[in-house]
Amino acid sequence: MDLLRFITCGSVDDGKSTLIGRLLYDSESVSLDVLAALEKRQASNGTVDLALLTDGLRAEREQGITIDVAYKYFTTPRRKFIITDAPGHVQYTRNMVTGASNADLAIVLVDARQGVIEQTRRHTLIAALLGIRNFVLAVNKMDLVGYDEAVFARIATDYAELTNHFNLPAATAIPLSALNGDNVVKRSVHLPWYVGPSLLEHLESVPGATETAAPGRFQVQYVIRPQTAELPDYRGYAGQIQSGQYRRGDRVKVLPSGLESTIEAIEVSQQEVETAAAPQAVVLRLRDDVDVSRGDSIVPLAEAPTLTRELEATLCWMSEQPLWPGRKLLVQHHSTLVKAAIPAILYKVNVHTFARAAADSAQLNDIVRVRLKTALPLAVDTYLENRASGSFILVDELTGDTVAAGLVEAANSEYFTLPVGPPVAFSI
Amino acid sequence: MSTSSFDYLDRLEAEAIHILREVAGQFERPALLFSGGKDSIVLTRLAEKAFWPGRFPFPLVHVDTGHNFPEVLAYRDQLAEQLGEKLIVRQVEDTIKRQRLREPGGKYPSRNPLQTYTLLEVIEEFEFDACIGGARRDEEKARAKERIFSVRDEFGQWDPKRQRPELWNVYNGRIQKGENVRVFPISNWTELDVWRYIQRENIALPDIYFGHERRCVVLPTGQLLGLSEHLRLDEDDEIVTRQVRFRTVGDSTCTAAVESDASTVEDIIQDLLLAKVSERGATRLDDNISEAGMEDRKRNGYF
Repeated sequence: MDLLRFITCGSVDDGKSTLIGRLLYDSESVSLDVLAALEKRQASNGTVDLALLTDGLRAEREQGITIDVAYKYFTTPRRKFIITDAPGHVQYTRNMVTGASNADLAIVLVDARQGVIEQTRRHTLIAALLGIRNFVLAVNKMDLVGYDEAVFARIATDYAELTNHFNLPAATAIPLSALNGDNVVKRSVHLPWYVGPSLLEHLESVPGATETAAPGRFQVQYVIRPQTAELPDYRGYAGQIQSGQYRRGDRVKVLPSGLESTIEAIEVSQQEVETAAAPQAVVLRLRDDVDVSRGDSIVPLAEAPTLTRELEATLCWMSEQPLWPGRKLLVQHHSTLVKAAIPAILYKVNVHTFARAAADSAQLNDIVRVRLKTALPLAVDTYLENRASGSFILVDELTGDTVAAGLVEAANSEYFTLPVGPPVAFSI
Repeated sequence: MSTSSFDYLDRLEAEAIHILREVAGQFERPALLFSGGKDSIVLTRLAEKAFWPGRFPFPLVHVDTGHNFPEVLAYRDQLAEQLGEKLIVRQVEDTIKRQRLREPGGKYPSRNPLQTYTLLEVIEEFEFDACIGGARRDEEKARAKERIFSVRDEFGQWDPKRQRPELWNVYNGRIQKGENVRVFPISNWTELDVWRYIQRENIALPDIYFGHERRCVVLPTGQLLGLSEHLRLDEDDEIVTRQVRFRTVGDSTCTAAVESDASTVEDIIQDLLLAKVSERGATRLDDNISEAGMEDRKRNGYF
């Protein structure tokens, strides 16, 4: 049984919380006491409000909105699912970015009465920006349009235009009604013209995460040195394989030092193994006595990432305090923490059209392209090549707060910045 | 080899080990909060895997309410000895005396809320900058929004609106003087996942998790509470002997038993697959006080 992480994107009135509630309810993942608590708060017409299954915090109950990313879990005989529920409000782009960063798939929810709207574009583009290539278009509230096939077909076509325009893989479109349970878990008699799978059937069969296709990437998190009588000289480099695989005997390079060595041993769960692959947590031991510490990368000699102190990146700005050029910050590139400066903001990206506009600062929830200089070299790939080694966060040195999500776009000084103007394919 | 060949438990395990190693790499004085419950026992197994053949880079810390099940305390001491790791125990009883706190009243006096005081004291005493705990997001609605690295102020308070966004598997543990971080490596595990892992890893547990005969008092809700010297019984309380087990192991005065004759981990997994009542709902008396019970306690520095 494997694991699928997905994010649900939709605006307040699309019925997103109801959809998640319905998935949990119809897959029998809601326990009796939770249901009893729900029924106590049921609506005057006697129906249970499934949306309350996901709206956790008091502020939300008071305001009737979802204010933060929430996680829900359910398991079917075929898969374990982690649902990231990110809110749909304009001011919460940062939550959507956060949720999408860990998802394999995005469910984009639209109201059948409204079709593809501005928010649909925004959610799709943000999810795509964060590397999601697997989309489900959930056309909800089909009951309110008389389960009309033509309405569904028009919306599916509109959405296909959007994904085509941005060069994204085609989405799987599914007509449903979360409120009535049509096509969420069980296929519906109200939609006889629809021959595809229900939402859950699709989620159970869609391919999951694939981080092994990329070259080997590994960062040292912690150096294990027991220094005991039995193990006086043991030095193991503990970390998680971020992508690709490692084999005993592989020729490797340590970055940033550039020193070369050979993998002497790989240990997983207190045992030596011949090979290991992402996402396993391992200990690597090297044949040579080279100096390696936390934050260093151990990578295949033939397929090393770029070692650079200058890069171009897309940022999602997440702080109330705007970003101005010249700002000094910390870059946390997984287990590496280095000082950095942002000498230039190149442009701001419109999250509804992905058009590029000149900008002198970045405000909360803005997506901007910047140049970044670091005090020490980082071993990076572009985010498109590698979601792990191409991602970082920016940290405010004084408060310690996370102020931006960063995606590496170009990892050397040969920038290929597009001029300010309309969108070009999915390149931003 | 494709990663789809990894079981979901392998993925959850790798994620948790990664988080434990981030704690070791980012903090000066971390601690693992150990209750003797199954979730913290799983954490010690994960820590063995994360740091082998080295020692844990943190001590085990137990906040003892004085109302714990004796079987659990025996298990705790035995495990610490077997692992050869340092165990720090601090008593809620001592905090009550030192801070002149009022003992909780009522028929079933729970010291659960008082644990927070002792926890904050022990954090101050050892200047812990990170405390690893076994909380899971599936336990409760407010927990569902908790971060894996959760920054607390010097009063241990959690502010749901001031949480740091947590992106990819990059964990930001940077804090200011006086602040500390609560870290939850098994956030993404459910109760069933924990049991399946216990089964896979063949982890020994305190006996009270398995079906056994116990004298219990029947609560007005129908729940069963194991008899102990800490309960204040009335004459008309109904006392019964039943075959029970515990699904969570907290303060014995607020942790109810469930009727079960499950004697092995396999039996418990079967029980769970059929179970219709959630873990906290079945067994925790303290969450039911108000619907926002957990949210309020977390804001006040509760684990």
